[in-house]
Amino acid sequence: MTEFTQMGVADIRDGVAAGDFTAREVAESFNAQVAAAAELGAFIVTTPDKALDAADAVDAARARGEALGKMAGVPIGMKDLFATKGVQTTAASHILEGFIPPYESTVSANLWAAGAGMLGKLNMDQFAMGSSNETSHFGSVKSPWRKDGSNAALTPGGSSGGSSAAVAARLCPAATGTDTGGSIRQPAAITGITGIKPTYGRCSRWGVVAFASSLDQAGPMARSVKDCAIMLEAMAGFDPKDATSLDMEVPEWEAHLSADLSGKTIGIPREYRMDGTPQDILDSWERGKEWLKDAGAKIVDITLPHTKYALPAYYIIAPAEASSNLARYDGVRYGLRDLPEGAGLQDMYAATRAAGFGDEVKRRILIGTYVLSAGFYDAYYNQAQKIRTLVARDFEQAWSQCDLILAPTTPNSAFALDEMQGDPLAMYLNDVFAVPASLAGLPAMSVPGGLNSDGLPLGLQLIGKPFDEQGVLDAGLAIEQRSGFDAQPDKWWA
Amino acid sequence: MSYRIQGATGEWEVVIGLEVHAQVTSKAKLFSGASTAFGSEPNSNVSLVDAAMPGMLPVPNRECIRQAVRTGMAIEAEINKWSRFDRKNYFYADLPQGYQISQLYHPLVGEGQLLIEADEKAGIPEDKVIGIERIHVEQDAGKLMHDQHPTMSYVDLNRCGVALMEIVSRPDMRSPAEAGAYVRKLRSILRYVGSCDGNMEEGSMRADVNVSVRRIGDELGTRTETKNVNSVRFVMQVIEFEANRQVDLIENGGTVEQETRLFDPGTGTTRTMRSKEDAHDYRYFPDPDLLPLELEDSFLEECRASLPELPDAKRQRYENVLGLTPYNARELTAEVETFARFETLLAATASAIGKDEKAVATQVANWALSVAPGVMKSLGDEGDPAHATAEAQAKILKMQVDGEISGGQAKEIFELVLKTGRDPAEIAEAEGLKQVSDTGAIEAAIDDILAANADKVEQYRGGKDKLFGFFVGQTMKAMQGKANPQVVNQLLKQKLG
Amino acid sequence: MSVDKQTVAKIASLARIHMDDAELERMAPELSQILDWVEQLGEVDTSDVEPMTAVIPNTLRLRADEVNADAKTAGDRREDVLANAPAAEHGFFGVPKVIE
Repeated sequence: MTEFTQMGVADIRDGVAAGDFTAREVAESFNAQVAAAAELGAFIVTTPDKALDAADAVDAARARGEALGKMAGVPIGMKDLFATKGVQTTAASHILEGFIPPYESTVSANLWAAGAGMLGKLNMDQFAMGSSNETSHFGSVKSPWRKDGSNAALTPGGSSGGSSAAVAARLCPAATGTDTGGSIRQPAAITGITGIKPTYGRCSRWGVVAFASSLDQAGPMARSVKDCAIMLEAMAGFDPKDATSLDMEVPEWEAHLSADLSGKTIGIPREYRMDGTPQDILDSWERGKEWLKDAGAKIVDITLPHTKYALPAYYIIAPAEASSNLARYDGVRYGLRDLPEGAGLQDMYAATRAAGFGDEVKRRILIGTYVLSAGFYDAYYNQAQKIRTLVARDFEQAWSQCDLILAPTTPNSAFALDEMQGDPLAMYLNDVFAVPASLAGLPAMSVPGGLNSDGLPLGLQLIGKPFDEQGVLDAGLAIEQRSGFDAQPDKWWA
Repeated sequence: MSYRIQGATGEWEVVIGLEVHAQVTSKAKLFSGASTAFGSEPNSNVSLVDAAMPGMLPVPNRECIRQAVRTGMAIEAEINKWSRFDRKNYFYADLPQGYQISQLYHPLVGEGQLLIEADEKAGIPEDKVIGIERIHVEQDAGKLMHDQHPTMSYVDLNRCGVALMEIVSRPDMRSPAEAGAYVRKLRSILRYVGSCDGNMEEGSMRADVNVSVRRIGDELGTRTETKNVNSVRFVMQVIEFEANRQVDLIENGGTVEQETRLFDPGTGTTRTMRSKEDAHDYRYFPDPDLLPLELEDSFLEECRASLPELPDAKRQRYENVLGLTPYNARELTAEVETFARFETLLAATASAIGKDEKAVATQVANWALSVAPGVMKSLGDEGDPAHATAEAQAKILKMQVDGEISGGQAKEIFELVLKTGRDPAEIAEAEGLKQVSDTGAIEAAIDDILAANADKVEQYRGGKDKLFGFFVGQTMKAMQGKANPQVVNQLLKQKLG
Repeated sequence: MSVDKQTVAKIASLARIHMDDAELERMAPELSQILDWVEQLGEVDTSDVEPMTAVIPNTLRLRADEVNADAKTAGDRREDVLANAPAAEHGFFGVPKVIE
């Protein structure tokens, strides 16, 4: 019997199209895998029937000789930030527990239209705020990876930690993620998978629970560059319902994939070599350079002078936007309502939000409220938006010297669950390499760069010019072909 | 004569600024495709966007932007080609997003102005220009109902997300009369432009009334803001009440609190609004769901080209070109419906008579302002205004100008037109509502009268000119009122010679 | 600059999140630490820099004035709008009585 769960998007799609197996067989196989992996906590709800229905529809379409979609027969995991019609959508928060959207997000609708099926809703950091998946109301997600010789539970990263864990553990061939300040790339990196955040505006934000509107972007998480290219094609596209959506044709990234980087120049930003960056991270960065050189690229040193200010600027802008975006969770129209005896309207709001939001969400709402409050706007928010201009300008200037930028995705490998609890700032530093590209809206991807001495995956990040997902994917492919990364976690669960 | 509050310690001046919220005329809401229709079932004109469901996003309605730009042009304001939407954050049950999308930092329309005209009777001694600081576009909120349930308020989001223009005046007004005139004039401009229907009862126009008082020549005092006042009369009442309240308060050693107040139309008083007491920190910031709004020249040109003749220009034209009295010009231009009817009738009459509009304008104005409304009023329900077509009225006016009918007959004919919809000429003929211009019949009548009143003829010829009226009256009586008075005059003069 | 317990209480009230004393005590140093860290942005001279308005060159598109043209942003779906409400009554959302 074919081991469907070892197969990726392209193989499943092609096998279904060729009639080597049915979409139903694939869906059944993944459904079983998902059901047996409850211990990882990757899913908040599972939807095996949805996966089977979608598979049956694809099999029927094939039987009728109809053209099949880009993702036909591929069952995927859906991050719980995407509204799914008739299926509970919570953003991993108690405040939305039980919320059944009467609508489908544009991105998920695009995927279903392309023939994908839904295995379930994936766990995540609450409202996508976190880098370890410990802020979920539905419990932490455990990474399928463990340090060599240790049984300690590790983080799968965050906020798309259910997605990264599920893909790495072969519970699904691919999953959706969202990236506000690294939430696709960081979990992909530390679980040894591939994930791309496209240019801001490529994927519609309509129907995606908002965290920070000017930064949020959806993207695919899978186990190969090609799979990401296929899935991104299916997810992306102009949406008139999102005023920030890019009105551009979706390129045929898969068809144009090429690992030949002749004529390309790769920039190595000096400022990403920070004090205290572990040697294994630096080593993997060096290997990345060599692989790209081997693929024909020229390597140059570049400077992105405002890099150090990107993360603090992000921690003003994102919480500010979040404090406003999350004001709608008030117990009036949906979700949790906590109405203490005799409480008035405003008391109900305060009680509902106190009971419904987790600590990290509260922390960010408070920071955001503070930096926008009377008298502080210019010093914090406006200054941060000016820094953002400078960070974006750094990249623009770099593009006169190079076509792509190579950097580590994260400053460390997976850490233990609980290790950084109680030190929010240390947790925030996980996204130090990911945030600059977010602030500038640039396409950026993490691809596996090998294992460290503990046997844990490390990621390499490629950052491209606006709209140049192709360049990013091509360079990712060049690394993928040379790294020979085929490590996968031992199956210790179930 | 300036408006002053007479306090126990002397005279006080009132300083008034108005923030008028005018609902933009559009079919769909500002950021969603739900209808703006008034009076629908609760929560039926509500989209997922308006209900602020998770992940919903705003996309602005072009028509709302266009109407606000046209309104700005109508008050001679600067139009900002680059503007932005900001979020105004506060928690209230009528505001599902937890913020109102508005414009603080970069409004669509900048500095403009509006003229209020002198009106002695109303207490406005001379023309005055009122500054308008800005117009911005924003979302309306929903509605709360408090009297449906003992312990709950009910929320209806039908209005939520409807586009409003907030038109912010400078604190340039100094009396309730000026504020009243400002609101009326603004309403007139909005209705000319077609950007707001001006229906205050349905809430299409509401004013937040900012009032402060000061001793003559002092610095500005602390102001209060009375929210959502929905008639011109109420605006004036609020000012009257607030000004006196503030003067009393200060004179009794108190201080005016900067606060939001509510008007109670039943008592004509205002009171502190408790529910929004702590909402002063709105944490405005640019809405990250929306990019800056950049207007192209072609869009602005289209807006300008589509502007109609505005009230001030029209009134001047009526006076200077058509030769109407200032009173008539003002009355005819105050309301869109009035000038529209007038201009249609004027064109029809001029063309029926074959003269230019100027030659018949005064007659048509008198007809439109006093004769026709008088007849319609006296008829009440018996008349059908639909029969009062421009064509029918123009025919009546032509018959009158041609001397075929008298003024009295014109009214009678119009009455019958309103009742029956019959053709005026046919009515005149069939009902005998025509003047006799036949000199033979009139001459015969005059001859009889002169013969019967030989003594008076003598007196007249002896220099008692006043008797001419007597002969006219007798002749008209003999002709049963149907003789053409001009012909009667002419013949009498000849015969009395 | 650090925030004290009172400031946190004020912000929490503005953000409508009830917090008891223990939470305020715990939150104050955490927020202070984060705010002290973001203070470093003040080092950068931004006097000639415009704040970011659009991250990717793009213009704001406007929608045609059409009612219910796209079902996803249309009205006339009261049941959907009320379906998840904790207290929907007679077609309204119910909230604790408000005194204006």
